Amino acid sequence: MDKIKELTAEQMRTDIPEFRSGDHIKVHVRVIEGDKERIQPFEGDVINIRGSGLAKTFTVRKISSGVGVERIFAFNSPKIAKIEVIRQGRVRRAKLYYLRNLSGKAAKIKNKNDK
Amino acid sequence: MPGLIAKKIGMTNIFSDDGQVIPVTVLEAGPCKVYGLRTVEKDGYEALQLGFGSKKEKKVNKPQLEVYKKLGLVPPRSVKEFKNFDIAQFKVGDEIKVDVFQPGDKVKVTSNSKGKGFQGVVKRHGFGGVGSSTHGQSDRERAPGSIGASSFPSRVFKGQRMAGRLGGKQVTIRNLKVVKVIPEQNIIMIKGAVPGAVNSIVAINK
Repeated sequence: MDKIKELTAEQMRTDIPEFRSGDHIKVHVRVIEGDKERIQPFEGDVINIRGSGLAKTFTVRKISSGVGVERIFAFNSPKIAKIEVIRQGRVRRAKLYYLRNLSGKAAKIKNKNDK
Repeated sequence: MPGLIAKKIGMTNIFSDDGQVIPVTVLEAGPCKVYGLRTVEKDGYEALQLGFGSKKEKKVNKPQLEVYKKLGLVPPRSVKEFKNFDIAQFKVGDEIKVDVFQPGDKVKVTSNSKGKGFQGVVKRHGFGGVGSSTHGQSDRERAPGSIGASSFPSRVFKGQRMAGRLGGKQVTIRNLKVVKVIPEQNIIMIKGAVPGAVNSIVAINK
């Protein structure tokens, strides 16, 4: 397995900031339209981080005009221009799938530093 | 149309230039040495006999060890024959490296699959099973169903698919794409899965 780590090291991103499940983040995604490239942000809560090495992915959930939208990103993808951590959340589990069944104020994640 | 013997290292993902995730199997391919030549005059067909890796001398029986000593080569972990080489260019002891493959090549991969033991028909032959889990049925969910008719023919046909040993057999997968070749490290990455466990011997044919 170490050999695989060695071989994939060059594609690993080191510029991505650390974040955890429950954090509110903004992912800047490179989108190619025709021959033009622009950056599209996707802002929401991290509800899942899975995998390791190059295969690591995370899921971001947001409510877009009343509809829940989830997007799965590859952590080391070259399509991610940058990631901003906007708020750190206080959660008690790693997979926040229960948020899918909640809406409104109940689906809000508390800030990490709030008492 | 050459080939090589390789060792399976494991699977991972890599990103293509346009950011797509490609699942790949990483193999350590070669370097293989030529252990023998098969010629039309002598054997009736043309092939190269390639050896890969090394084996402890005490693991090889004595007559076989003498053969390798005569060739001046170490006892290999595996020896396989590969057709479609231009054998006139090779002699015993020549080294063949992974650079015979280029990214984009379609290859045929042969290896022994992982043994699964005694398995039922659902896993082994893809049967659908018989019953539902409700309506008073029990123990029929993964059953094979009827295996024959009644007084005619009064027997089960030969070749009827039933439960039994699964896996541990030679499996060949064709048309796998070579994604990346790293000649310095003897590494080849092939898109998708390759039969066999990690560390098993794999034959790659172009």
